[in-house]
Amino acid sequence: MPRSVAPWEIERKLLVKAEDETDPKYGCKPEERPAKDYIRFGVINLDKPAGPTSHEVAAWVKRIIGIENVGHGGTLEAL
Amino acid sequence: MTGVLPVTLEEARKIVQALLLSGKEYVCVMKLHGDVSENRVKTVLKEFEDVIYQRPPLRASVKRQLRTRRIYYIDFLEMEGRNVLFKVGCEGGTYIRKLCYDIGEVLGCGAHMQELRRTRAGPFIEEEGNVTLHDVAYWFMQWQEKGDDAILRKFIQPMEKALALVPKIYIRDSAVDAVCHGANLTAPGVLSLETGIGAGATVAIFTLKGEAVALAEAQASTEEILSMEHGVVAKVKRVLMPRGTYPKCWKSGEI
Repeated sequence: MPRSVAPWEIERKLLVKAEDETDPKYGCKPEERPAKDYIRFGVINLDKPAGPTSHEVAAWVKRIIGIENVGHGGTLEAL
Repeated sequence: MTGVLPVTLEEARKIVQALLLSGKEYVCVMKLHGDVSENRVKTVLKEFEDVIYQRPPLRASVKRQLRTRRIYYIDFLEMEGRNVLFKVGCEGGTYIRKLCYDIGEVLGCGAHMQELRRTRAGPFIEEEGNVTLHDVAYWFMQWQEKGDDAILRKFIQPMEKALALVPKIYIRDSAVDAVCHGANLTAPGVLSLETGIGAGATVAIFTLKGEAVALAEAQASTEEILSMEHGVVAKVKRVLMPRGTYPKCWKSGEI
């Protein structure tokens, strides 16, 4: 059986359809966002410890940073 | 269970759905309930590198109906007595506990999942930017004391990182605000796009500055979009950028 290709093994190329420039007056490169926005549009690649549930861990992050809402991608069961 | 758990903050919660669907990789210790040769274990593990059927366990957060999940690869790593260590790359929503049980059934001796560590969730891997709760608490305090934004970048990444594996379409500044208001993306707004997009695929709409604007469903393939002069290229599913970030360049109230 041939090994199937995982999504992270796919290589994509960028093809240009039209040329244009972006106006520096609007928006901002993601890595240059002011701190407040950088947090608001941020993701933490967290190493979940054994014991608490994914939900509990996410709630701790929320408390540490003092923000209103967090979510997490893909529950890892407790234990 | 330990390992990579992407936590999205505030507005970035909008990309959670994309993360849930993204592929995962785990390192797993499976405990066999009988003695089996290493060769037999290797052979059976390879048999599971396929589309498999799984019914979610009793305690699950989804409807318990039989569903299919693709196992991209299972790499045998080590075996000591009845403990088998392997690495598995699989579709989001695959239950590894079930997988171990089923491998045990095929081996004939029975087996269960002993330990599990997630080494990848979509684009997030444990070797790159993976931080502990302790790191988060420490660096957040450091940032508050020193006010140096470089500290934030040590443990928080822009939400765009979470979309690294989603094929992208880059659009003109003038098309951004319409998409933010939920309008479908049409051909004239497209500047560039990635290969491998098929009709129906989930794509991410980006600005030239590399900001995520929305998640959308492609209505045509990469090749077709390249030659399109008008018409809908992608239907917007989830807007990620706040309205008004870019100027409004469209007219409303016209015929």
